Amino acid sequence: MYVYNDFDEGFVRERVAQFRAQVERRIDGSLTEDEFKPFRLMNGLYLQLHAYMLRVAVPYGTLNSAQMTQLAHLADTYDKGYGHFTTRQNIQYNWPELRDVPDMLSDLADVGMHAIQTSGNTIRNVTADHFAGAAKDEVEDPRPIAELLRQWSTDHPEFQGLPRKFKIAVTGCEADRAVIRAHDIGIQVVRNKAGEIGYKVIVGGGLGRTPMIGKVLNDFVSKADLLPYCEAIVSVYNLLGRRDNKYKARIKITLHENGIEKIQDLVNARFEQIQPVFAGVDPQCLAEIEHAFAPPLFKTASTDGYEAARLANPAFRSWTDTNLADHRADDYAIVSISIKKQGATPGDATSEQMRVMADLAAKYGHDELRISHEQNVILPHVHKSDLHAIYTALRDVDLATANIGLISDIIACPGMDYCALATARSIPVAQEIATRFDELKLEHEIGALKIKISGCINACGHHHVGHIGILGLDRAGVENYQITLGGDGTETTTIGERAGPGFGADEIVPAIERLVLGYLDLRMCKEETFLHAYRRLGAAPFKDILYPEKAQKNAA
Amino acid sequence: MSRTFTPKVITANALLEGDAIWFTEDDTWTRNIAEAELITDEAHGDLRLLEAKADQGIVVGVYLAEAKPTDKGPAPTHFREAFRTRGPSNYAHGKQEV
Repeated sequence: MYVYNDFDEGFVRERVAQFRAQVERRIDGSLTEDEFKPFRLMNGLYLQLHAYMLRVAVPYGTLNSAQMTQLAHLADTYDKGYGHFTTRQNIQYNWPELRDVPDMLSDLADVGMHAIQTSGNTIRNVTADHFAGAAKDEVEDPRPIAELLRQWSTDHPEFQGLPRKFKIAVTGCEADRAVIRAHDIGIQVVRNKAGEIGYKVIVGGGLGRTPMIGKVLNDFVSKADLLPYCEAIVSVYNLLGRRDNKYKARIKITLHENGIEKIQDLVNARFEQIQPVFAGVDPQCLAEIEHAFAPPLFKTASTDGYEAARLANPAFRSWTDTNLADHRADDYAIVSISIKKQGATPGDATSEQMRVMADLAAKYGHDELRISHEQNVILPHVHKSDLHAIYTALRDVDLATANIGLISDIIACPGMDYCALATARSIPVAQEIATRFDELKLEHEIGALKIKISGCINACGHHHVGHIGILGLDRAGVENYQITLGGDGTETTTIGERAGPGFGADEIVPAIERLVLGYLDLRMCKEETFLHAYRRLGAAPFKDILYPEKAQKNAA
Repeated sequence: MSRTFTPKVITANALLEGDAIWFTEDDTWTRNIAEAELITDEAHGDLRLLEAKADQGIVVGVYLAEAKPTDKGPAPTHFREAFRTRGPSNYAHGKQEV
């Protein structure tokens, strides 16, 4: 994977030194909060309900074991022994003290990490398919261009004061695991008829208060043109995007108000202007980046022990059935480590768990880890002969839950337990749903089901694209939860449909239970997932289950 | 028609630790809402808010929050403000920790 060169290292160190001086000046009274706030936000430091929160970027979700070990060190030294992995492949520390933050950033710089542009109206951390470089169905590893985009967008002088934040996601496959259609720019690596690699560029997707699915701006942008093309998009948005109304400032609204044709014309005109003089891509630089992401040397070994362990140990078999994905190399697998044991906080990992995952990556996983937008941790390259040893080590630290893609593998934002913007809590709802279906022993019977929970309209919990989405609101001073149905965050992206009136905090878990048990009665067979059943039947029978009194009234 | 003024407290976050704090009658900041000054007059509230904001060298984000009188002192009325007096619900961290 990519290792900082002298320029990266120098840049990040200088930023830490600048921020250290800014913190000192804030504490000694030389800077007011109004003066200091833009500086702290530029460095990922937020002030939440109970404490500061530091958001650290995990670029395109990729970490090595030394970086993961350092994240554990930060959790122990400056926080309360844990960190929270987010839907943007970042990690958040919920309890740092202001004085310690420069030291945290310095410790991060020691392992080639930072918190730059994890806040503010800038281009944020570029996210990627968490199976990138390992997935069997991939055209090409999208991380070299993600790294190129990171370098291009970091401290880009033209794009430090955009109308609003700007999020880019990349994937190397048709199967979309990075929700690229819900990003300001979504990039998919494709191959044209001539066999050349290029990029399909999608713009104007987003969730939040006005959810929209991105539109294809260009079916094929060549590798050499990708950066100037992205520069043209952001440059057009920078001028055209609205600054009069925060809620209409994202590029999805710019696109909606101006139409795709006008945006296309403007982007093409701007592209033609800048492409001949664009100095942003040095082919040698890209070659070095691509080299850094070259696949590891895969080993060959017998998988007899793996098959035998599967036969002998039903719990191991269940875990392999649920938590593995197809790898491009023979006899390898992609391991998804669930950090969502039923009843635990989605996305939270203790420092001990981080160290165990880091050690496993070093010992068995070619030193690579990934953070998924679904708030789990991935070991992307594992030989099947090592799976049992990994499972055993994970089980010892409560990380062997066999629930990937199932009802308890819930995305939940921090909600009002931490977030200053939240209107209701998300975490307890996730905990209760997971615990309840574990008690019912129905999780595997229910099968693939994505529940996503946001604690406010900003939709960090991606509720719009949950098969079942839950949105927490404040209704006259009481927590209230709205359900959306039929959302989908993959290549067939769909915004969920609101089911009806919201439910109180004590009603939401029973409502979800009713809905899911009702689905079991409605499905044609075990293979028909919740989403498939919803698409076949439409919303009506599901609404009847959620609101039985209304259904009875209509029937009478 | 003027709205009826409902009781309030002045609250903020501490600059160094970032935790919730409340403004007291004697112009200090407390970590316990029950020790805060309960403001029942709008004009007095505006004045006290200005005085509290003068402390910006040690506090961040000063605002008026709804509160009610109890035998033990002011208490929050909205669930958001109640969480600020305790901490998150998933771990015994924050003020509830001690």
